[in-house]
Amino acid sequence: MADLVLRTDKLNKSFGALKASSDVTLDLRHGEIHALIGPNGAGKSTLIKQIAGNIRPDSGQVELLGRDVTGQDTVARARMGLGRTFQISALAMEYTVLQNAVLGALGGRGGPFRFFRNVMKDPGLLEPARDALERVGLADDANRRTADLSHGQRRQLEVAVALTLQPRLFLMDEPMAGLGAAGSKELTGFLDGLRQQAPILLVEHDMDAVFALADRISVLVYGQIIATGTADEIRANAEVRRAYLGEEEAA
Amino acid sequence: MLTRESLLNWAMITALLIVPLAAWSLDEPFIITLATKAAILALAGVGLNIALGLGGMISLGHAAFFGIGGYAMGILAAHAQNYEPLFEWPFLFEGSNQMPLIWLVAVVFSALAALVIGVLSLRTSGVYFIMITLAFGQMLYYFAISWSAYGGEDGLSIWVRNEFPGLNTLDPIQFFAIAYVILCLALVFAARLARSPFGLALAAARQNEDRVEAVGLTPFTLRLTAFVISGAITGLAGALFADLNRFVSPTMLSWHTSGEIMIFVILGGVGRLYGPVAGAALYIMLEHLLGGVSDYWQIFLGLLLLLIVLFARGGLIGALVGREKAHG
Repeated sequence: MADLVLRTDKLNKSFGALKASSDVTLDLRHGEIHALIGPNGAGKSTLIKQIAGNIRPDSGQVELLGRDVTGQDTVARARMGLGRTFQISALAMEYTVLQNAVLGALGGRGGPFRFFRNVMKDPGLLEPARDALERVGLADDANRRTADLSHGQRRQLEVAVALTLQPRLFLMDEPMAGLGAAGSKELTGFLDGLRQQAPILLVEHDMDAVFALADRISVLVYGQIIATGTADEIRANAEVRRAYLGEEEAA
Repeated sequence: MLTRESLLNWAMITALLIVPLAAWSLDEPFIITLATKAAILALAGVGLNIALGLGGMISLGHAAFFGIGGYAMGILAAHAQNYEPLFEWPFLFEGSNQMPLIWLVAVVFSALAALVIGVLSLRTSGVYFIMITLAFGQMLYYFAISWSAYGGEDGLSIWVRNEFPGLNTLDPIQFFAIAYVILCLALVFAARLARSPFGLALAAARQNEDRVEAVGLTPFTLRLTAFVISGAITGLAGALFADLNRFVSPTMLSWHTSGEIMIFVILGGVGRLYGPVAGAALYIMLEHLLGGVSDYWQIFLGLLLLLIVLFARGGLIGALVGREKAHG
């Protein structure tokens, strides 16, 4: 159990008659990328929100680093080391790229209740912030307004902010969405190396990326995990083909 | 490096100093009083701007803090002038006519009120937040009206302006100097606050709450802290305002006052550091110039406000120097 970074145990969540999560049990191990795939409306977002702490499951448990965090909110889970990127970029749009990264570093360090020092002159925050921007390839854009960034650059910044937290695990909700082939390939290469720093639970629609990256893949259909396994196992799984991959081939 | 905005800021704060000095040399005490009033109202706006501009909290209840500051002055000074003890236990206290003590009491009580109101109202957002802050303000307003021990609806008159060690506060230019220095200190404080780690996190919570939570910071505590600081500064302004008029009444607590403080901020430019200075100065000038022409001068104020909200979202400062630069 100790080598599990994240574990969900029989998560159930319903919205009225709709069962969005049904006995969802999955885990994330050190050093791996675990991809979560599934057709639209399968309940991926609901699951992500239960893991991040935005919504509480009706029943079941979420364990982070061996601790039950089911009753903890998003802030507590972030402090424990959960670094999250959002499906729709959640950034401070009026800020510069660097300011967003510094915000992340501030969150990572803690203690925001300092009222006098200039935050943009604090080497303890600037260093990790610049470092993270460097790593995602945004170093040259540090002083641009976030609102002026392209869609793809915002995705990169999301990842950079998560990096500044020095998280114990990443929870990435469709980081490739809308990136285009080149950007998607670049990010794939980056995430490939990132797993050594902290494991990644990756929700992604880009199947090329998923099959290239994932150590394990879980398939979510109608709120249920119908299969978990390596890329080859998932490709070979008849139920998955029927429920999900076949749909794509047909389309 | 001086940006156009900081040049304009220097020009405004210098003008606010030069005008009363010129009036003093020309022996025009009324102009000095107007400048004093502008400085004090600007201070109230600087307080509100921390909640509204930096934190995105649309408080329509800041009159509560302005009024609490006013009543802190009124109550302490009334007891002092009547030689009636305010309390006798644990020690005899007969009120005070010393400004520093009055300010301290005003700041502490308005901060406490902001803490209580903030804890209850910051659980909501948007229009509910506006309504709850408004409701708290009105509660205090009606309480003051019914509080007959301190003048009820008629308010409290103080015969002699309170004292400040080493100064003659009855001399308009000296009282102006007090208000002006406090305004400058508050502006320095607000500027540093905006650039501090706290300011970065607070303004981020205004822009994107999810982001702030995802980096492990709690928007609620950031906002509550800002709301308390904001209320305390507006409360200090209230104490000065009451001293300027040597009078405090429930009007200081009314939602009309909350609206006026908000108008200063919007006229000058929401979130602009010197926005409240520009807004309050413009308001006082309009009141003085147009008020002489027509009793209904606020029609013009309304028109101006409409134009600014429709065409110059950055307020007066935004119209003069353009969009705020994200400082790197």
